[in-house]
Amino acid sequence: MKFATNKIIISAWLLAIISGIFTLGSGIVEAGDPNGSATYTDSIDGLKYAVNFTWTLVGAFLVFSMQSGFAFLGGFLRQKNMLGYMAHCFIDSTFGAVVFYIFGFALMFGGSQLTPGLEYGNSFIGWDGFFLAGRSYDVQTIMFWLFQMVFATKTVSIIAGAVAERMKFVPYIIYSFLMCGLIYPIYGHWVWGGGWLSTLPIGAGVKDFAGCACVHTIGGIMAFVGAWVLGPRKGKYNPDGTPNAIPGHNLVYVVIGTLVLAFGWFGFNAGSTLAATDLRISVVATNTFIAAATGASIMLFVQWALTGYIDVPFICNGALAGLVAITAPCAYVAPWAAAVIGLLSGLIMRGAVWLVEVVFKVDDPLGAVAVHAANGIWGMLAIGIFADGTYQGVTGLIMGSGWQLLAQFIGTIVAIAWAFAWGAAVFFSLKYTMGLRVSELTENEGVDVHIHGSPCYPVEEEFLTPLTGEAAIDLEQERKQLSLLEEALSKDREREKIYSEKLGRWVYARIKTEKNKTK
Amino acid sequence: MKRLAFLFTPLCGLLVFHATGVFAGDPSGVNTYSESIQGLKFSVNFAWTLLSAFLVFNMQAGFTFLGAGFVQKKNTLNYLAMSFIDFCVGASVFWLFGFALMFGGSKLAPGLLDGNQFIGYSGFLLVGDSYDVSTSVLWIFQIMFAATACTIVTGAVAERLKFHVHVINSVFLCGVLYPIFGHWIWGKGWLELLPFGAGARDFAGSGVVHGMGGLVAFIAAWMVGPRYGKYNPDGTPNVIHGHNLLYIVIGTLTLIFGWFGFNAGSTLAVTELRVSIIAVNTFLSAAAGSMVLLYLSFYKTKKSDVIMTCNGALAGCVAITASGAYVPHWAAILIGIVASLITRISLYAVETRLKIDDPVGAISVHGINGLWGLLSVGIFADGTYGGVKGLITGSGWQLLAQFIACVTLVAWCFSAGFLFFFVMKRLLGLRVPVNVERSGIDIYEHGTSCYPGI
Amino acid sequence: MKKIEAIIRPEKFNIVRDALTELGYPGMTVTEVKGHGSQKGISEVWRGRRYRVDLLSKIKIEIIVKDADVEKIVNTIINESQTGSIGDGKIFVFNVENVYRIRTKESGETAI
Repeated sequence: MKFATNKIIISAWLLAIISGIFTLGSGIVEAGDPNGSATYTDSIDGLKYAVNFTWTLVGAFLVFSMQSGFAFLGGFLRQKNMLGYMAHCFIDSTFGAVVFYIFGFALMFGGSQLTPGLEYGNSFIGWDGFFLAGRSYDVQTIMFWLFQMVFATKTVSIIAGAVAERMKFVPYIIYSFLMCGLIYPIYGHWVWGGGWLSTLPIGAGVKDFAGCACVHTIGGIMAFVGAWVLGPRKGKYNPDGTPNAIPGHNLVYVVIGTLVLAFGWFGFNAGSTLAATDLRISVVATNTFIAAATGASIMLFVQWALTGYIDVPFICNGALAGLVAITAPCAYVAPWAAAVIGLLSGLIMRGAVWLVEVVFKVDDPLGAVAVHAANGIWGMLAIGIFADGTYQGVTGLIMGSGWQLLAQFIGTIVAIAWAFAWGAAVFFSLKYTMGLRVSELTENEGVDVHIHGSPCYPVEEEFLTPLTGEAAIDLEQERKQLSLLEEALSKDREREKIYSEKLGRWVYARIKTEKNKTK
Repeated sequence: MKRLAFLFTPLCGLLVFHATGVFAGDPSGVNTYSESIQGLKFSVNFAWTLLSAFLVFNMQAGFTFLGAGFVQKKNTLNYLAMSFIDFCVGASVFWLFGFALMFGGSKLAPGLLDGNQFIGYSGFLLVGDSYDVSTSVLWIFQIMFAATACTIVTGAVAERLKFHVHVINSVFLCGVLYPIFGHWIWGKGWLELLPFGAGARDFAGSGVVHGMGGLVAFIAAWMVGPRYGKYNPDGTPNVIHGHNLLYIVIGTLTLIFGWFGFNAGSTLAVTELRVSIIAVNTFLSAAAGSMVLLYLSFYKTKKSDVIMTCNGALAGCVAITASGAYVPHWAAILIGIVASLITRISLYAVETRLKIDDPVGAISVHGINGLWGLLSVGIFADGTYGGVKGLITGSGWQLLAQFIACVTLVAWCFSAGFLFFFVMKRLLGLRVPVNVERSGIDIYEHGTSCYPGI
Repeated sequence: MKKIEAIIRPEKFNIVRDALTELGYPGMTVTEVKGHGSQKGISEVWRGRRYRVDLLSKIKIEIIVKDADVEKIVNTIINESQTGSIGDGKIFVFNVENVYRIRTKESGETAI
């Protein structure tokens, strides 16, 4: 009986989605230029289109490959939660894309008039281009959509790292929906879609070349709020408030993930010109790489000085910090400034890790807050300081004008406030309606088995019963046992607290962090 | 000595053959390129097609990751080797004669003049007139496709097929089976020139590449039989699970990344700005497919099953491959949804009803969805590109043409594939010995385990 | 002297260790083991199909104690690792003939 109702619910859902798509999407009658023959002609202008299409599309593909980089970074987590993290990353990119297709894109770029079919909107929100139908069924708009969609899904994935190992799956999907559909597009509209921040009468208006504020600050601050509302993982903090390190399970994946991310970042930054005829792309790509390299090198020395070890995970994080920080200023600054930005970004990241972990006591397994939020803010401000006026007339402090810095400051403050307010609203309301955190048992045994049904690295076949079919499994019995276990374990935290207070520490086997290392 | 002679003879032959290549097409490109609009058009399109070809090559890594995650730990190296060698062998064969059989007579590039509606016969070894920059671009793009078809078969026969049988299969598939059917649809063959609708259309190879690979995989997996312990005496299937889900997710992401090149690159020209719509269709279909399967698995088993989600994304990609250029976005989403449902049903049907053991799900994801992709062109094409009009514009003729292509594909793959594997079974035997299968093929075939010291 | 061999749930290990430390028995040998009792395994999902994993991972703790302390320690382990659901584990107690400390060549109860 229960199963039958489920079937009905599923079919109703599918029917609603399909009929919605049909009614709203079938406006092909007044399409823009869906096959490109009106846009392309055998002329210099036509070729310009062709070159820019190649550039932007390849850029978008590269940005998509960053999703594998994010998934690889799960090497920072414990083995038992790896699959859960990767599922978050994967679902972001697919679910987020559909949401962005249905209305996110319209809210973000309606009224920007950057491409055909995006005409209606004011300086706070747009409302044109829903379902990419009608006038926006045009080759240019759709190229633009692809590039923006991969950005939107990256923003969502930033949070996956901070809430990993302990967040429920359904609340994550709801959050992902809101992020791709409302939070990111509306702020994006203000900066990129011709909104009020971009037309600010100070300096050249708020400039954010490839998304320090739109992507990284928004994502990073949301990650901070999410991790804060969720609370730390079990065993992360001792009763006296000192943090323990919870080591990851595979550093190969961390290094590979960083390299894949850096590879994709070339598309992220250099592709953001949306035009290869804008030859500044070479400067952009060079700046990107210089910042990553300096960010990684400074972390090599800092960690060596602090602990005496060549700390590979921190070097990787340093490279990512440099990449994040250069995302906004990459088009406006000279290569020497990129090096300075990268050096400082590494230090800022190291400081932010300490601040988040020790002062705020927010548990952030992948360092998403330190890497993305702190350096997103720094990258925004860096434009106001280092912009040398050679591109789009953006001049910073080094050229003797402080107005741009003021504009960048306003843009950053707005981003922080926007993300913080939404983050608090979303995560607190989810917490008190459906609960954010997985149960004690699930956290103990890992989200992989309990939420996704299989460990990430299943055991050898010899450990399975070879001759049982589906019928031999008594699910009812299993569920009863699980609930018994869950009930017993829910009392554990109290008792563990008593013991750890008596013994003065939480769990021994965990390696003590910083303090032990410096000794 | 015998082996040396064996190597020496073809090398001599090659040298002689190449020395006669003085009457080349345009090997340096100076005649093709000129400082003009037309010349620049060539260079833009070269850049686009080559970059796409590189992306498609990246799909080899994706397939290798995916399959390596799906097989058991003890057979990983064998899978990696199979997946790698079919590209190398396939490329050589495709260069020797596959390309000539496929595109001879198509006149898509210089040096491809001779051929009829059933088979082509010019462009062997890329010498003579086909030693030309334009022909080489076409070749590098097409070999990536041929190798993809080959790799798909690997997944279905993993963990039990003999290694050299697989090598011979790569030669056969890349050299004969794939090129001849490809010629019918892409090389101005009889299917492309069908008098219904715009002729059978397969934009980037739902049928030619994925359908072909999946259906040959079907025959191969059926002939080679299920893995040890897969079926109980009463015929119910057991689960034999893979060893690393990380590889499966990364493999899927890498495949989607490469698929952008696979579909959007298939215009072979970025001056056709439709490429953006193709790329977006590809992604939307994958996204819709994965969402539906996530939702279904959640309701069926109460677990959000990551493997099904990945399979859904791949199913969407396969199905949109044929129709990506011809359909609007809402249709792409529908195609993805239907593709994922088909995948789910056929996964069960293949496993429990037909009792064919398919470790990575190649038959359902590639074979069945390849056919659905071919049909979907006839249903959803909206007439904005290439004059292809499907059912939604009120014309059923295109669907008829697509249907004929489907039937031909099935007949061709089953008959030729059966013949090949039947001969192989009689000559060499298909399976490794059962004790080897139990202890793992890695050490038996390749001398070392994939994870030494574990 | 007795040897206590307890097979417990991995998620209960930390709390059992805390309890034993508090009793003053920090020394132990711990092994990760796999096994099952008369009730078999849990089910997992592979590509939409459920299957059974019958060998579950458990933690095996081995402690050598004086005869007088056996009951106290067994009771502690039982109290801390009992959940009431299937799969809580078992405790075995053996006799031990002698114990030597390699570093100092001590033997008998002083070497524990």
